[in-house]
Amino acid sequence: MTARAIEVVDLTMTYGQLRAVDGVSLEVGEGEFVGILGPNGAGKTTTLETIEGLRRPDSGTVTVLGLPVWPRNSALLPRIGVQLQASSFFERLTAREQIHTFAALYGVGAAAADTWLERVGLEDKADTRVEDLSGGQAQRLSIASALVHDPDVVFLDEPTAALDPQARRNLWDLLSGLNDSGRTVVLTTHYMDEAEVLCDRVAIMDHGRILQFDSPAALIRGLDAPARITVAPGQLTHDEGRALNGVDDVVEGPEGVVLTTRQPAVVVSQLADADHLDGVRVQTGTLEDVFLDLTGREYRA
Amino acid sequence: MRTTGAFKALSLAIVKGFVRDKTSVFFAVVFPLMFLVLFGGLFADQSTSKVELVQVGDVALLDDLPKGADEAFTDTFDVEHSDDLDAAIEKVRKGDADVAVEMRGDTLVAHYTQTDQVKAAVTQGALRAFVDGTNVALLSQEAGSPPAYDLEAEKVEDDSLRTIQYYTPGLLGWAVAMSAAFGAAATIQGWRQSKLIRRLQLAPVSTRTVVAARISVTIGIALVQLAIFVGLAAAAFGLTLTGSWWMSVPLLVVGTLCFMAIGLLAGAITKTTEGAVNAANFMVLPMSFLSGSFFPLDASPAWLRAFSNLLPLKHLNDAMLDVMVRGEGPSAAVVPILILLGFAVVVTAVAARLFRWETT
Repeated sequence: MTARAIEVVDLTMTYGQLRAVDGVSLEVGEGEFVGILGPNGAGKTTTLETIEGLRRPDSGTVTVLGLPVWPRNSALLPRIGVQLQASSFFERLTAREQIHTFAALYGVGAAAADTWLERVGLEDKADTRVEDLSGGQAQRLSIASALVHDPDVVFLDEPTAALDPQARRNLWDLLSGLNDSGRTVVLTTHYMDEAEVLCDRVAIMDHGRILQFDSPAALIRGLDAPARITVAPGQLTHDEGRALNGVDDVVEGPEGVVLTTRQPAVVVSQLADADHLDGVRVQTGTLEDVFLDLTGREYRA
Repeated sequence: MRTTGAFKALSLAIVKGFVRDKTSVFFAVVFPLMFLVLFGGLFADQSTSKVELVQVGDVALLDDLPKGADEAFTDTFDVEHSDDLDAAIEKVRKGDADVAVEMRGDTLVAHYTQTDQVKAAVTQGALRAFVDGTNVALLSQEAGSPPAYDLEAEKVEDDSLRTIQYYTPGLLGWAVAMSAAFGAAATIQGWRQSKLIRRLQLAPVSTRTVVAARISVTIGIALVQLAIFVGLAAAAFGLTLTGSWWMSVPLLVVGTLCFMAIGLLAGAITKTTEGAVNAANFMVLPMSFLSGSFFPLDASPAWLRAFSNLLPLKHLNDAMLDVMVRGEGPSAAVVPILILLGFAVVVTAVAARLFRWETT
């Protein structure tokens, strides 16, 4: 195992009667891209902010890069970068002034700051005030401000929340490259697809607990959920579907015939032999299914 | 090195944020200046406008006034000579002159108009005084002894504590109090809501540096307010500063600290930026009325004056008046400075106790 960037042991946070974080333990290796996934109110942000060192845990310990995060650890601060859930900007500054200000707080020159502005694709918006940026642009600026001092560990709290699907996908391109240079990235999200696409490992969180922590593929594999194969309308009758080896169930719908199976490879090869592959779609399990399996509840972000 | 850079960057960011916020600039500078122009322009020197007098023919009484009396006379009256009584009376009737005088034998006859009753009363009183004065002088000359009693009137203030002299320090105190309190209240709420305060907590910059930058900018704004106020009042309304006016600088510095503390308190007890600014307004506006920023408290009841001593702005205003226009020495500001510092410390401590990091 590579060196540990983050080590969380038995972390607990209580607000009044509510156990926001309930015995969370977590290890993140250097250079890993880790997601904390869960619905609103699962305790993701509280967990993340405690790891960042913003909150004093009721019990448990957190170390980042081998250093304790609480109380405020000034040796650690230059090595971590944070993006908080709100757009934490100085009012009425332009994008460039904003990132220059943050750069100065970390003793970084203006040139490096401008490079980051380019890297997140905001050079056109450099002279736009932060209040006039779109949601996606503001998130990009916020991420650039978190990275301006080239930190070893980056924390991003719901970087794609409240963005339209197009803006989210644009941001994924930026995010997926963040750990290329060996940087450790931790983000929270309530989007299943996002965690699946970006993260090396995903911690699924609900009611303040981490239910499972593994790679998306392993989580889905462990699910043992059936695959659904959709065949375009007119290719296959209900009875022909029933007759295929390995098919557990057949449902006819407006999109065509949906075959449920635990042996998708066997079924697909039979469809190929019968020349029924036009418009075939195979859906294996998703993190949604994992969540459903773990909690017994439908996932609602 | 990094601290200096961070301090500069933060100060610059705050200054830009302030200058670009038209509402803040309006309430810090333009709004108080409007009051200054209003008070300075409208109420200025009501008593000094002279009575316009038309003298018809020879009026021995006025022509041969004793020395001293003739100076007082020209201070009160603007004299114009004429030989046509009817024309002079017509002038008075139309309001082009206030009074026309002629001699009928030994009687001084004054034709005046009642349109402006105050001026009519002043005219009558003044003329009566000059006639009496001349009579007394003549009688005592005949009797060979000076009159038994004499009156000499002297103003207590340094010649002229005119309207502008009174209002400039008070309105300036109010303006500084307002912008310091609003600035602190809006900053603490705005930064809390945008989580900028949290973001700065995770940057390698000490709380001391952040606070110092915010305070320095507010003090800078206060000194700019001082320059604009004194500059405009001196240039347009004839404000004259007295010797230790420079003590107004340390006074404004501690006044800024004190009212920033009040703004912090407003920010600590509220949950939104609007709420914080309203709470600051709720504390500062009534206080400015009760502290003599808009009108002198001399005529108010004793209990009110006693109560006003509990208000920091009263001490700021009083001390500003003392050093800026009353000609008091620097020491006049020492006790008020200590009082303001005391308020700042106590109110900050209370605000710190009430402050919550999270808005929910």
